[in-house]
Amino acid sequence: MNGTAVLGSALPGVPLLVGLIGLLLNPGDDGRASRRTAAALGVAGAAIALAVTVVLLGLDDPVEGSIRWIQLGDLAVTLTLSAGAAALYVALAVCVVALAVQVYSMAYLHDDTRYAPYAAQVSLFTGAMLLVVTSGDLILLLIGWEVMGLCSYLLIGHDRRLPEAPAAAVKAFLVTRVGDVGFLLGIAILGVEAGTFRIAEVLAHDYAAGPLTAALILILAGVAGKSAQFPLHTWLPDAMAGPTPISALIHAATMVAAGVYVVFRLFPLFDRSPAALAVLGVMAAITVLLGALSATAQDDLKRVLAWSTVSQIGYMTGALAVGSPAAALFHLLTHAAFKALLFLAAGAVIHAVGTNYLSRMGGLRHGMPVTFWTFVIGLGALAGVPPLAGFWSKENVLVAAAHATEGGEAVPVWVAWVVWLAALVGVMITAWYATRLLLRAFFGPPRADEWHVGFGDASSAAHQPLAPHDPPALMRWPILVLAVPSAVLGLTAFLPAFRTALELEPPHLDVAIVLPMVLLVTGVGAAWWLWHAVPGVDPARALGRVRPLFASGFHLDAVQDRLVVRPVRALASAVRAMDERGVDATVESTGVATTRLGTLLTTAHRAALPRAVVAVFTGALVLGVVAAIYGSRA
Amino acid sequence: MASFVLVAVLAVPALGALITALLPDRAGRIAAAVAAAITFLLTVLLILTRDPGAGWFAYGPRTGAPPVVPWAQIDVAWIPALEVDFHLGVDGISYPLIVLTGLLTLLCCGYTVKQVPAGGGSGRTLAALLLVLEVGILGTFLALDLVLFFVFFEVVLLPMYAVIAGWGGPERRRAARKFVLYTLFGSVLLLLGVFTVVVAAGTADLLALAGGLGLSRTTQYVAFVLFALAFAVKAPLWPLHTWLPDAHTEAPTVGSVILAGVLLKMGTYGLIRVGVGAAPEGAAWAAPVLGILAVAAILIGSLVCLRQTELKRLIAYSSVGHMGFVLLGIATLTVTGMQAALIGNIAHGVITGLLFFLAGAIKDRTHTGLLSELGGLRETAPRLAGLLAFASIASLGLPGLAGFWGEAFAVVAAIERGGPLWTTLAVLAAAGGAVTAAYFLRLLRRVTHGAAKPEPAQPRVQPIEWIAWSPLVLLALLIGLIPALVTLDTHAPIIAITEALR
Repeated sequence: MNGTAVLGSALPGVPLLVGLIGLLLNPGDDGRASRRTAAALGVAGAAIALAVTVVLLGLDDPVEGSIRWIQLGDLAVTLTLSAGAAALYVALAVCVVALAVQVYSMAYLHDDTRYAPYAAQVSLFTGAMLLVVTSGDLILLLIGWEVMGLCSYLLIGHDRRLPEAPAAAVKAFLVTRVGDVGFLLGIAILGVEAGTFRIAEVLAHDYAAGPLTAALILILAGVAGKSAQFPLHTWLPDAMAGPTPISALIHAATMVAAGVYVVFRLFPLFDRSPAALAVLGVMAAITVLLGALSATAQDDLKRVLAWSTVSQIGYMTGALAVGSPAAALFHLLTHAAFKALLFLAAGAVIHAVGTNYLSRMGGLRHGMPVTFWTFVIGLGALAGVPPLAGFWSKENVLVAAAHATEGGEAVPVWVAWVVWLAALVGVMITAWYATRLLLRAFFGPPRADEWHVGFGDASSAAHQPLAPHDPPALMRWPILVLAVPSAVLGLTAFLPAFRTALELEPPHLDVAIVLPMVLLVTGVGAAWWLWHAVPGVDPARALGRVRPLFASGFHLDAVQDRLVVRPVRALASAVRAMDERGVDATVESTGVATTRLGTLLTTAHRAALPRAVVAVFTGALVLGVVAAIYGSRA
Repeated sequence: MASFVLVAVLAVPALGALITALLPDRAGRIAAAVAAAITFLLTVLLILTRDPGAGWFAYGPRTGAPPVVPWAQIDVAWIPALEVDFHLGVDGISYPLIVLTGLLTLLCCGYTVKQVPAGGGSGRTLAALLLVLEVGILGTFLALDLVLFFVFFEVVLLPMYAVIAGWGGPERRRAARKFVLYTLFGSVLLLLGVFTVVVAAGTADLLALAGGLGLSRTTQYVAFVLFALAFAVKAPLWPLHTWLPDAHTEAPTVGSVILAGVLLKMGTYGLIRVGVGAAPEGAAWAAPVLGILAVAAILIGSLVCLRQTELKRLIAYSSVGHMGFVLLGIATLTVTGMQAALIGNIAHGVITGLLFFLAGAIKDRTHTGLLSELGGLRETAPRLAGLLAFASIASLGLPGLAGFWGEAFAVVAAIERGGPLWTTLAVLAAAGGAVTAAYFLRLLRRVTHGAAKPEPAQPRVQPIEWIAWSPLVLLALLIGLIPALVTLDTHAPIIAITEALR
């Protein structure tokens, strides 16, 4: 344990501790004092973690430290911290987003009576993600991993007025937990084979091919759950029932980023298993297209963004699959910035117009210029418009995939082709739906007559100004701050220090960017042309008959319901019936049978006097005869 | 000094029960709480009897089978003609369970000072019965003589019967009868097992018997089957579990807490100390069957919970699943699995004890335990809802809380054991963990979310409830963060017990 390790332990430690203390505050609303304490705790937790990260980055000394935690048989579990520069950059993103979310939430939830537990849960969430990022032991990592699942459950279910919130919360926890069954088993295989759960030793261990591939594919199940990859992505769009800042937190820096980060952390193992990489690549390609296509047909602003997250995470896992963890991490960082920005800005829109539906928005750019311009930056970065952040990182992913199609990487060549093509098509679709979103919300005629309600937890209807307006300062500043990295973070790829930390390739601005640029312009142009040709009509109408299919996310919810939920319910009912009418009835019937036998014997003994006398004499006679026979023999 | 403490641990609650029974109602309840407090202190003090020079972690390669060395023991001839001794002792395996027993009895006696279940007998009698129960349970964990173990094992039965039948719910007599008859059936098998071993080995000393020394293979097979059946009824292991839901549903809150918290642990403790200890070859022979039944318990217990409609019954069935993980750990017969089982034992005692306290509090306030009639608790009683959420989440095995270690490492131990059978069992057990999450989330959704249904009579958590619950909340967190608290000194004794198998 050196000094940096002690400091490093404060990174997950402080937010976790602050979160636990915050949970002890009165959950009910008892005035401003407890509210202020809760807010102070939440902001302080994120701010201290951010300061620690900056100091650690400045020290330029990797955080390493380990103490023994528990020894179970021959297996050692340790409390190990291990964070190099790359991990610290991820931690930086987590802390910045968490701080922005905490500050933003103070205004966004200003009249929510259950703000105190909310702020504490956000702190726990942040701490858990930082634990995943800094952990050097698989079991310790699993703790952060699952605590995040719990916090997402608690926060998605926060809003008491939304009838769908509890169901969405349960779904988020359960779907990720199903993936975590695989994750636990995968970790167990890795740990048992290596005799330790320390990541450094696990990475150095020489595994046989079979167990390694099995373990990695099992771990990918957990990754798919947390990072919302096909087929375990179904929880993410529903998770929009959570308050908007929570969506920003889940989508940008925590939770969905965790899966990608874990693959990044274990990449040396993945690099030895082409089968696991192939699974990852196919999963990524399906997810990119599935998410992007589903995003085209949504009418709910937040759902467009949610599906775009699914698709963008697919780019990261795709980059990992084609052997470029650096590109994946770079895209993770830029995505954290622009997706947090987009969600917080979306919160400002919803705050202003009181609805999530694009069909009820329009013309908002006049009333809320700050929100509009930040949205332009965020959507531009999402679509990959140069020189915004997303352009550089996405270009990195595309180059890595194209490079892998030439062979020479661990991944099979056909998988590299699949990833590359999916990523290219994804660029065009992303540009299309980003343009559609911008046009639907901010251009065209305003539909003020439909902004009939004030947003309940933001302000009461009586004080609702007639025109949509930019949000108050506490919400505006986090958006403005996040707009900066969304715009310029991509340019850090030119900084040698940053590139070394991520082991990133220098940006190549050669002929390879022409194809994505053409696709980008095609996507934007198509959406704009549809919008321009028939003004005021949703470009998504052009999707025609496939629109309901896309809008429902390819009916995968229904498939999941048919294939998993209902069979499990039916099985549970059958098992309960078996247990009560089979096992328990057997037990009860032995009791009943014994009682009946007793009754029978009692009846046999209850006889009228003459018959009893006869019976007694008969018995005496039999006994006498028996005694006489055996007695004479002896 | 050490032997004095050992005897005092049993004598204080016994005397306390006597005094409690003689005093008037309220004074008696206070006396019981005081006796329980002294006993708890004594159980904690037992740690001082440990040789401080021994070091906490004894790892590394060993040569030959080390004997089981208790920290402290007392050995007095009791029935010399039958070679039965009054032999008590404490070691790393039994110590955490002893302390847990002391703690839960104290919490229950303290709770009874303020809260006596309505419609039953006097609170004083209930408190006295709790102390008698404690004597039996502590004696079971302390006994180092097989016959003495059996005697204490039996002492527990009747007071528990009286607690359920005297202070329980509307169906209490039926449930109590089922409990006592079912567990008596187990006891008969245990008695047979005890005499099989004692007659064959010529001694009843558990220290001498550890490692199955001197017993023929057939004897070990027969003995282990008898022991396993007897302890499987107590633990309970599917399909011998059906007394449990009825007993729990009808038992008063404190009865449920003791029943789930420590009474079930007598089964798993007995399986390790007596079953595996005295008949290791039998254990190795029966391990696959035990493992399959344990996984069946996990899956069936959690699936039944998914369709359960009553709060206490659901928690009772969840015990079947959790004890399934403990039994899976034991069945692997690896050191990892045994240690996981010991942590799982303690964690289940703490968490399920808390869950039953909370379920009792909710039922007292709303006068219903039906999930369909509950709802919106986080609106009407936010603290209570928060505690219920905490306990449920701890129970579903969230990493960082107590429940995680036992369950995750039972799975890891099964993977460690290797081979197609144990790998399959590990996969199924891990899947059972997901179903466990499903039914606890369903429970929370029904009880805490949604529209507020019955207005609870008393939304605030009472001071006595805080006193009774907060140690359990703290322990659930503490054991989760520092699991070595439980496994501190278990490595050497488990090696001693399983040495014959390697």
